Amino acid sequence: MGMDAEHIQALIVQGIPDAKVEITDLRGDGDHYAAHIISASFEGLSRVQQHQRVYQALQGRMGNELHALAIQTATPE
Amino acid sequence: MENIVFDQIKKEIASHDVVLFMKGTGVFPQCGFSAAVVQTLSEMGVSFKDINILEDQTMRQAIKDFSQWPTIPQLYVKGEFVGGCDIVREMAETGELAQMFDAKGISHSKAA
Repeated sequence: MGMDAEHIQALIVQGIPDAKVEITDLRGDGDHYAAHIISASFEGLSRVQQHQRVYQALQGRMGNELHALAIQTATPE
Repeated sequence: MENIVFDQIKKEIASHDVVLFMKGTGVFPQCGFSAAVVQTLSEMGVSFKDINILEDQTMRQAIKDFSQWPTIPQLYVKGEFVGGCDIVREMAETGELAQMFDAKGISHSKAA
């Protein structure tokens, strides 16, 4: 169970090519992560829509083998 | 089957101003993420209808499909999906949550 941070990062970048992704393993247990994702493609989208784009990139893993991923999204300054 | 549950969801979010689909209940949350949203709403003095998806496996899947959102908790205000734990926390920190409650005419006690 669980996913490693590189795999999560790779999936997000695959789905959102311009994304700058920073993954933090919150407890060092390979199961609770936080992702900070910056992408120009989030421009004009609501927070819900931005997070939905990230979930799409994760291809159904969120809520399954990826139990806990706190997501924060932003557009480039 | 799905349509019946979707109708049930629509009815819940139409008949209550603030609805939280969660694991456990408002009094006894059974997941840290659900508990975090309950705490935020409680601190703001916002009353809400809690729906315990652990008691209803059909609802548990249906709400994810309905919102196109893979995780629980899920907060609805005036029939509109606001987000999950991360979004609620972020909106509480920036003051957007209080602004949204004001804009939608939901009474709350705290301007944070």
